[in-house]
Formats: sequence, structure tokens, C-alpha cells
Amino acid sequence: MGKFFRKIRNVYMFYYEGFRDMSWWGKRAWIIIIIKLIIIFAVLRIFFFPDFLRKNFDDDKQRSEYILDQITSLNEMYD
Amino acid sequence: MIENVDLSLVDWSRAQFALTAIYHWFFVPLTLGLSFIIAIMETLYVKTGNEEWKRTTKFWMTLFGINFAIGVATGIILEFEFGTNWSNYSWFVGDIFGAPLAIEGILAFFLESTFVAVMFFGWNKVSKRFHLISTWLVAVGASLSALWILVANAWMQNPVGMVFNPETARNEMINFWAVLFNPVAVDKFMHTITSGFLLGSIFVIGVSSFYLLKKREEWLAKRSILIAGIFGFLSSLTVVLTGDLSARTLAEVQPVKFAAFEAHYEGKRNAGLVAFGLLKDSEEKIGEKNVKDFVMKIEIPGFLSIMTGGDKNSFVPGIKDLILGNSEDVQILSVEEKMERGRYARDLLNEYKEAKKDKDVIRADEIKNIFLEKDFINDYFRFFGYAFLRSPEDAIPNVSIAFYSFHLMVILGFFFIVICALSVFLVLKDKIQKNRWFLWLALFSIPLVYIASESGWVLAEMGRQPWIIQDLMPVSAAVSQISAGSVITTFILFAVLFTALLVAEISIMLKQIRLGPKHKEDIK
Repeated sequence: MGKFFRKIRNVYMFYYEGFRDMSWWGKRAWIIIIIKLIIIFAVLRIFFFPDFLRKNFDDDKQRSEYILDQITSLNEMYD
Repeated sequence: MIENVDLSLVDWSRAQFALTAIYHWFFVPLTLGLSFIIAIMETLYVKTGNEEWKRTTKFWMTLFGINFAIGVATGIILEFEFGTNWSNYSWFVGDIFGAPLAIEGILAFFLESTFVAVMFFGWNKVSKRFHLISTWLVAVGASLSALWILVANAWMQNPVGMVFNPETARNEMINFWAVLFNPVAVDKFMHTITSGFLLGSIFVIGVSSFYLLKKREEWLAKRSILIAGIFGFLSSLTVVLTGDLSARTLAEVQPVKFAAFEAHYEGKRNAGLVAFGLLKDSEEKIGEKNVKDFVMKIEIPGFLSIMTGGDKNSFVPGIKDLILGNSEDVQILSVEEKMERGRYARDLLNEYKEAKKDKDVIRADEIKNIFLEKDFINDYFRFFGYAFLRSPEDAIPNVSIAFYSFHLMVILGFFFIVICALSVFLVLKDKIQKNRWFLWLALFSIPLVYIASESGWVLAEMGRQPWIIQDLMPVSAAVSQISAGSVITTFILFAVLFTALLVAEISIMLKQIRLGPKHKEDIK
């Protein structure tokens, strides 16, 4: 058990020291990564990119019926 | 029931996807190429024990890190767009598209959270050998990660290894290996990663040339140019070879795209390859579309026939043959005929839908089985997408874009072979600093290699229009029924976000390049 926790601690310290001793560009890169991930997952994903089929239909049966309808009723490209 | 397709919605959805993909691709090829160059440099450090190699490796690793950090996760937005803007497509492709993307996601996650961390944080904390292995694994892992994306993309260009199930309205994978070893996927993977290697090499040669112009970091710059020059030269030859293999495959599976990037309208034997040319609209039309003609061209006689069929007498079908059909020289179905067959498959699908509605289980099962029959798949279902076309000329992509993007890519590709070869020659002869013209040329090659790389994707994606899945689904049928306004809003958001990321990358990178590598005494 002690050996296991020591390993976990070593991994933790590896990352901790890595982040602590990070260079100028590394710190800026991490700020950009965090801001970017927040924008992508907390803003874009939630507010702008809902899954169209999940949002509008309850189950896969409804979804497949809808798509079947779409691909058989779209007559021509530019009508 | 939707009878009409809102073109502005289709156009904005396409524009948004193109914008995201183009920006995403600014970051990817440098990761692919630079990771291998760094691994080679670190190998030299471990082999020789020379601290200058460690310093050189760490410098390029810094630039790799900036690019990696800013580019990471930009591709996820493309996956969001599939679910929101392209739901018809996403459902229709089923697990064939989802499986490779999921593998890529898992691979990228493990790669990024473990070996990249060892690469950056592990100096002096893990053994030299383990650090080196981690660096190589990052390089190999980045290419493997790209493999799965390219497998998914290749399936769109040449759908194989699946059957369509009318009950689920999805294509279902029946042969994973056929999808993985799709000839388009193999060619695309080799061509794309080696072009990434070339881009990384030109980047290293260009940045090193900047130092030599400034009379700084001579040791690092010359060694970097030598490594990148050799790696880039070998990569560029592979790019040419794999490009040739790609073209041969395209001639078989996407013949209209192939004919479009050569603006080859009249099918013939002893067909020449256009090395350079300028296009204009001619008076002649196919349906409502003007046929393109050459204002001028430089042609290599017979080479297109040799390239596609192995000898001068091979018949290379032109756009006219492929659209209007040709039963004299070779058996080519006209698009009109393909439209008929596609409509037959769609009518049968409609009949299935009605049978299900009427609870006619026997007829529904009969039709379901027809969709599994080989003959029906080969003779009818493979032309399913043609049912959506209004007229045969809709199957012609934008010839000018395909032609110019292809020729720009090829001309620049040969230019980079010369740059790589010259860089190695001049370093070995110790004449590189005296030839300042070359240093300037190498520096200005950096934006050019990005233009060439993006041109390759413009050709691949614009050249296959109108298809999102070759012959099975046109782009217009793939789009979700959402408001064009919401797509415009997210388009603007992306334009701002990605431009900010690109500006951040360029400014941090330029600052780091100006700072240069750490001095010996600063290296831990």
C-alpha cells in the first residue's frame, strides 16, 4: 500500500514541479489552453453546438425515422 | 417533410466547416513534422552526449510546445459541427465515422497526458533513454492520431466496408479492415504525414536561416538545417511518390475530381499532364456550366496516360466522358443514368418507409434484404446520392479551384525539394552564410509551405464536390435543418477565436525565436 501511494506521490510531484518550474512561454501557453478549453466546452458546446438529433428526438427509433424522411423527401439539390 | 434545401444554410455551414478545418490545419502539420525532427536531434544528444544537441533539442521543443498548446483541441470543434450542422450526415455514416474518431480521441488523450508531459517536464527527472523513448512516442503517436482522422476522411472519399440498413437509416460497418486499408486512406495517410514532415523541415530551415542572417546561433542553425534538410529532402521525395500513388487511386475512385484538377475535359489516349496553365471560360457548356479552356499551358505529352494507366495508350476519361457517358472508348455510365439508378434506390427506400408505416412487415423485410444484396448495392445503391442532383452538371466540382490548388501545391512541392537539397549542399560545403539570398529564400519559404499544405486540403475537399460522401450523399442533403442565422453567428465566433489563437501562436513563437535558445549555463 505504502509503495502504491509513494508512486502516486511521485507522479503528482512530477507534474507539480513541472508546472511550478514552467518557463515564460509555458505559463502563457497554459493560460491560452485553459481559456480555449473554457470557450470550447463551457460556451460553444453548451450554448451554440447542441447535438441536433439528441436535442430534438427522444430515442434512436425517432432519429432514424427522421433521417429516413430526410433522405427520401429531399427532392433535388437546388429546388 | 422537407422538399427544399436552404442554400444559404448549406453555404454558411460549409464556410464554417472550411474555416475551422483550415485554421485547425495550421497547427497540425508542424506538430507532425517537428516532433520527428526533435526526436532525431535528441537521439543525437543521447548518442554523442554533446550538450549542444540537448540545447538544440530543447529550443525546437519549445517551438513545438507553443504550436502544440495552441493547436490542441481545435479539432474538437469540427466534431461539434458534425452533430449540430451536419446531423443528416452524422447519422447516415453511423459508426464508420465515429469509430476512427473515438480511437483518435483516446489515443490523443493518452499521448497528450503522458508522453508530452515527460517530454517537457522529464528532463533530469527520468533517465535519458526513457526521455528519448517518450519523445519518439510523441512523434509516432501524433502520426497515429492523424491516421484515424484520415481513415475517416478517406471513407468519405471512397466509402467501403459497409452496408446500408434501411431500418436504422445508417451505414453499418461490416469490414473494419476494408475501412482501415481503404486505398484512399493508405495513400492519404502517407501523403499527409510526409507533407507534414516536409512542412516541419522547411520551418526549421527557415527559422535557422533567420539566425544565420542575424549572425547568431551558428552551431545550432547549421546543425538544424542539416538535419531538417536531409529529413525534408527524403520527405519531399516521399511526398512526390505518395502524391503520384494518390492520383492513380483518385483516377479510379474519384475520376471527376482527377479530371477537374487537370482541367481535362476531353477523354483521350496519350493524354498530356499540364505542368502549368491558365484557365478561362469557353463558349462551350455542359448543361449550364461553362467548359474551361486554357489561355496558355505547358504540357508534358503522354504523361497523364502513363501516370494513370502505366502506358501512353491508356485512355484517360475527361469531364465530358464522365458526365455525359462514353460507350465508345471505355464503358462509362452517364450521370443521367446514375441519377436514374439513384432514384430507383431512393424510391425503394420510400417504399420501405411506407411499408413500415402500413405495418407491412413482409414487404419491409423484403426491401431490407434487397439492400443487402451485392448486385443491388453495386448497380443501384452506390449511386444513391445522384438521386439528389438536379442535372448532370451538378456532379462537376469547381474546376478552377481544383486546378489551381493542385498546381500550386505541386509547383511549391518541387520548389521545396530544391530548398531542402540546396540547404544540405550549402551546409556541407560550409557556404550557407555566404549565400544570403538562399537564407532569405528559406525564410520566406515558411509561409509558402503552409500555403502548399492548405492547398492540398482545398483540392481534396473542393475537388470532391458536390459529395460529402462520394456518390452516396451530396453536401446539400447532409446539412441539419437549423437556422442559417445561428450558423452565421458561430461562424463569426470561430473567425474571432481562431484568429486570436493564430495571432497568439505567431506572437509567442516570434518572441521565443527572437529570444533564441537558452545559453549553456541556463540548461539544467
